[in-house]
Amino acid sequence: MIGVVGELLVTAGVLVLLFLGWQTWWQSGVLAAQQNSAAAQQSQKYLEQATKSPTPTPTTKVAPDGTKTADYGTPPVMKAPGFAQAFAVIYVPRFGADWKRTIRESVDVEAVLNSYDAGVGHYPGTKMPGAVGNFAIAAHDTGYGNTFIDVSKLQVGDAIYIQTNEGYYTYRFRNMEYITPNTVQVLYDVPQVAGAKATDRYITLTTCNPPYHAQERIAAFGTLESWQPLSAGPPKEIAAEVGGN
Amino acid sequence: MYGALWRVLPGPAWVRILILVVLFLAVLYCLVTWVFPWVDSLLQGNEEGTVTV
Repeated sequence: MIGVVGELLVTAGVLVLLFLGWQTWWQSGVLAAQQNSAAAQQSQKYLEQATKSPTPTPTTKVAPDGTKTADYGTPPVMKAPGFAQAFAVIYVPRFGADWKRTIRESVDVEAVLNSYDAGVGHYPGTKMPGAVGNFAIAAHDTGYGNTFIDVSKLQVGDAIYIQTNEGYYTYRFRNMEYITPNTVQVLYDVPQVAGAKATDRYITLTTCNPPYHAQERIAAFGTLESWQPLSAGPPKEIAAEVGGN
Repeated sequence: MYGALWRVLPGPAWVRILILVVLFLAVLYCLVTWVFPWVDSLLQGNEEGTVTV
């Protein structure tokens, strides 16, 4: 009798270990890879469908330190797509050199956040990439591909690239806040400022905190640095990723 | 429990081992396909990642 109980307990222990092993392998390995390759396909589609419209001629912008960059003027802003429709690919080199995900409209848990081929969702009603105001997106921190598990590792000035069928939007990370799950103020046009009229183009990333729990949220904020059309080629930092797949 | 299983299985030792390996793989398949995803869905917070009122 004692022997049977012992064997049952050992079996239960082995099952728990198997589950933990499966979870790590499945979430950070298999799902992350699936979401990554889905994003690569989405990106490829944009490149193939790239509108044949003529490339706008950039003007040269000279930074205070003398470096010259091409300036393509005011970024185009797309209309909000339908529910759960993919409309962009996000690249964050800080999350890994090959890290990329498809962004879909809506933060619906089943349709978007838990999706094996998306992972990142856009808060409906917040602005689209490049628009004056707040472009706000969300993803799981742990589970379902561990999409935004590294948000807390962002450093000031880190690039967040958004690729759409129009071009590449380069945002730069500015600051982050640890907030409660009901802090919807981070979705305002000017994050955290009620009723303010935005003059800047913001991006806001939300995810849960701490990892493997969901008592808090992290909100990471950035602002748009530049825009370039698809025909101008990808920004240097992600060139290998965009072309390489 | 496992001792009884060993005694119930027919054939020489290598056949029994083979049966046990097949049984183990079958159990593992069921776990990975149905049981683990189900347990996982119970562990995940549903609003995880988003801010809502």
